[in-house]
Amino acid sequence: MSHEKHIAKIEKIKQDMLAAYPPKTARKRQKQFLVNQTKLEPKQEMQANVRTLPGIITQRGCTYAGCKGVVLGPTRDILNLTHGPIGCGFYSWLTRRNQTRPVDDKDDNFMPYCFSTDMQDENIIFGGEKKLRKALEEAADIFHPKAIGVFSTCPVGLIGDDVHAVSREISEKTGINVFGFSCEGYKGVSQSAGHHIANNQLFKHVIGKGKCCKEGKFKVAMLGEYNIGGDAFVLEELFDRCGITITATFSGNSTYEQFASAHLSDLTVVMCHRSINYVADMIEKKYGIPWFKVNFIGAQASAKSLRKIADYFGDAGLKARVEEVIKEEMAKVRKALEAIKPKVEGKTVMLFVGGSRAHHYQELFKEMGMKVLAAGYEFAHRDDYEGRDVLPNVKVDADSRNIEELTVEPDPKEYRPRKSEKEMKALKENGMRFKDYDGMMPEMEDGTLVIDDINHFETELIIDKYKPDMFCAGVKEKYVIQKLGMPLKQLHNYDYGGPYAGFEGAINFYRDVERMLNSRVWGHIQPPWNKGKALPAIFVDVSQ
Amino acid sequence: MLLRHTTKEIKEREALTINPAKTCQPVGAMYAALGFHSCMPHSHGSQGCCAYHRSMLTRHYKEPVMATTSSFTEGSAVFGGQANLLSAVENIFTLYKPDIIAIHTTCLSETIGDDVTQISAKATDEGKVPAGKHIVHANTPSYIGSHVTGFANMVKGFVNYFAAKTAKGNGKINVIPGWVEPSDMREVKRICKEMKVETIIFPDTSEVMDRPQTGTFEMYGPGGTTIDEMRSSGDSKATLSMGHFASLPAAEALDAKCKVKIVDLDVPIGLSATDRFIQALSETAGVEVSQSIERERGRLVDIITDNEQYFYNKRVAVYGDPDNLIPFCEFLVDLGMRPVYVVTGTPGKYFDERMGKVLKDIPEAKFKQGAQADMFLMHQWIKNEKVDLLIGNTWGKYIARDENIPLIRFGFPIIDRVGHSYFPSLGYMGAIRILEKIMDALLDAKDRDCKEENMELVQ
Repeated sequence: MSHEKHIAKIEKIKQDMLAAYPPKTARKRQKQFLVNQTKLEPKQEMQANVRTLPGIITQRGCTYAGCKGVVLGPTRDILNLTHGPIGCGFYSWLTRRNQTRPVDDKDDNFMPYCFSTDMQDENIIFGGEKKLRKALEEAADIFHPKAIGVFSTCPVGLIGDDVHAVSREISEKTGINVFGFSCEGYKGVSQSAGHHIANNQLFKHVIGKGKCCKEGKFKVAMLGEYNIGGDAFVLEELFDRCGITITATFSGNSTYEQFASAHLSDLTVVMCHRSINYVADMIEKKYGIPWFKVNFIGAQASAKSLRKIADYFGDAGLKARVEEVIKEEMAKVRKALEAIKPKVEGKTVMLFVGGSRAHHYQELFKEMGMKVLAAGYEFAHRDDYEGRDVLPNVKVDADSRNIEELTVEPDPKEYRPRKSEKEMKALKENGMRFKDYDGMMPEMEDGTLVIDDINHFETELIIDKYKPDMFCAGVKEKYVIQKLGMPLKQLHNYDYGGPYAGFEGAINFYRDVERMLNSRVWGHIQPPWNKGKALPAIFVDVSQ
Repeated sequence: MLLRHTTKEIKEREALTINPAKTCQPVGAMYAALGFHSCMPHSHGSQGCCAYHRSMLTRHYKEPVMATTSSFTEGSAVFGGQANLLSAVENIFTLYKPDIIAIHTTCLSETIGDDVTQISAKATDEGKVPAGKHIVHANTPSYIGSHVTGFANMVKGFVNYFAAKTAKGNGKINVIPGWVEPSDMREVKRICKEMKVETIIFPDTSEVMDRPQTGTFEMYGPGGTTIDEMRSSGDSKATLSMGHFASLPAAEALDAKCKVKIVDLDVPIGLSATDRFIQALSETAGVEVSQSIERERGRLVDIITDNEQYFYNKRVAVYGDPDNLIPFCEFLVDLGMRPVYVVTGTPGKYFDERMGKVLKDIPEAKFKQGAQADMFLMHQWIKNEKVDLLIGNTWGKYIARDENIPLIRFGFPIIDRVGHSYFPSLGYMGAIRILEKIMDALLDAKDRDCKEENMELVQ
């Protein structure tokens, strides 16, 4: 099929889909659905980070989930107190698979706990500050944590409880660093607003307060790695072997002290661009630490990222060690790929998830020889689709305006450029890019589909039209898709598998995907008596 | 240690809930609505509520949980959610074509005071509700009661909307099974069939939340109580209401609306509660207890007779929902076990009254309901004096591991094992399954932990 015909065919799918919507819904959805054409000028624009239409069965969650669940959830020694009715605290209790590794039995670990003010109707009517104050006092008295985070749920903002004032008051009284988050679920349009609120508060109340950074010659803070299924453990070990020290991870396997001392690193790298790129920016402005984007999902991407870090430090010994580690790891990766590739090559996949993963995981599928037909994010912004070049042109709408943007100045005492202007210039001239992210679309093939904030209706429709071999999304979509007789790979919780980061993770992923695609169960969906007359009498190889 | 901050020393708490034995109303309303045929549950609030509830129900059932949300933004929180709800109704009926949209509120829409009755009427006036389609609603503020309250409110909402009394009785018995598994609802129907009693059971999540793999996805399962059945429930002879917290409010609403007599029962978990259910079913319907059911009972009693030494005096901690805890603890007592610690986050003095009676011969028993009746407190009790067995939802596994106590998963949510939605725990057969689980747990622990010289081949 010619390129034009192919584009026309997909445009037809889009038009069919839009025709089924009520007119107002169709008008809004058409801007979040495009056929990727990388060579077009001007470049294609994807509408993203806009309101979800009511009633359409979205994948999205809320600001509280992004703030308490995603960003602060993985930190073991901050006591996270949900201020609100019981549900929000309950649902975000241990459900995200963030692993953590306390150093010993004495090390604080509040992650297996759920703390809530469990607001009742009288607190809604007469205000909840008194109960919050009391709950904080009780938490301080029973647990003596280093820090407490207070997370606002929907009614808190409405009734006007001042969580920040109460936090300050308890902080002064107990000496514990207590800070509040105005992360009511209705703010913003998705989890993304919650990431921003969480990170802003960490930047204001924690980062820069620490004095002791983990020792090492090459100190890196890793942002946007949440240690789902042990990803951060793999990266810690990998970096260790190369001789690079991860001083802080935001926020997988993290501690308060790591956050507090992130300003003492010499480089910031960003994994999940969506959830945290602005923190990297703020750290650079305030403390003089440069940042760039890395990706440790995919073996090639991992190798590339490690080399970039080594090049940044420019140390010959480090570069040699990195090459050695890559060589060792790639040998294992090649062996694993040799075993699985013949069984998966040419299979097709769609990815609709997250704010970075729908992009990052394409690397892994490509390494396996699989073809990406369509992809999109659940809560990303335009720059995650089109690259950071569009940032100056991103329209700030009413929902985004409500999310605070911090103004950051160089810190009078702590600002220390890690590289001189001359060094930075030299690095850039040698091709090193800082503050870089090209987004998902330029890396996707022409003619693929890109859909933002996909909903159930669209999901069913594109599966019906394309019949992919695998779909990637989250738990809410998992069993819907599998009822259709095809595997859904969860890229939020990894189907309780993983880790998938680094070289070791890539190998795990190849094997898991191969297992899912070729599971014998898919051959058993139809009972033998429904498979046609001839079948019951002959041997049927269900793996075919 | 996973729960390393849980100390033996118990400090009085007034405001802080730690490791709750409950969650909030809307998730219960969503589960209840899924038990009605061709119904789309709709969450009127921020989209996070719907995402959380769908995720939790999905993890528990490993099934599609289809539900929609009003996706509130800051603007709707300030100006009210009417525009969002109207647009949701239009999108849902156009795209997903349910017969019913069952709207439940959230703490957000309740706090701002959205009037869902009025908005639904407006949707109808504006032609957004196609002919023959319905909008049912329930107020489910998260800051009152618990998930069980939300379930009860939604079932009551269906009664209020559909149930009608005509001049002619239908000769049937209504059964409100409460918040139980699809397998349990299926079992209740089987028992009634064995007894040759015609019933209307609502809600009924069997064939909705336990659908087979067929290679096709359907938005609505073949199961669920139908609109016709709900209408007809007003003409039934009586309502067997199972559970004071989850079912009685709907039974009372039906009695108030259509004068249908209430038989107030526990959820039939274990021997005695099932006896009362069977007896009530027999008396209300005017039928003899079937031989087959009596023989099921006989098999249950036989297993208890043969194995009572394994149960006797074993100390048990149980947490979960009051409608389950009351008959479950009664069963444990029937077995000779000692339910010494019992907590539920769902508030209600009725729980205290009933547990006081169930546990009257166990003077060391502690039980508590409401906000600070949480798993943290129960764990502290356990730290002070150990138990032999822990029974409750998945979150108990952290206590089980730290304290080396076997755990039986029971209740909601169970998000790390399967089986609960396929094998019933209700009725005599369900009781046999519970017995099997208890014995497996206790004897597996013994086989793992006993001295080598005490290892027994035969038990």
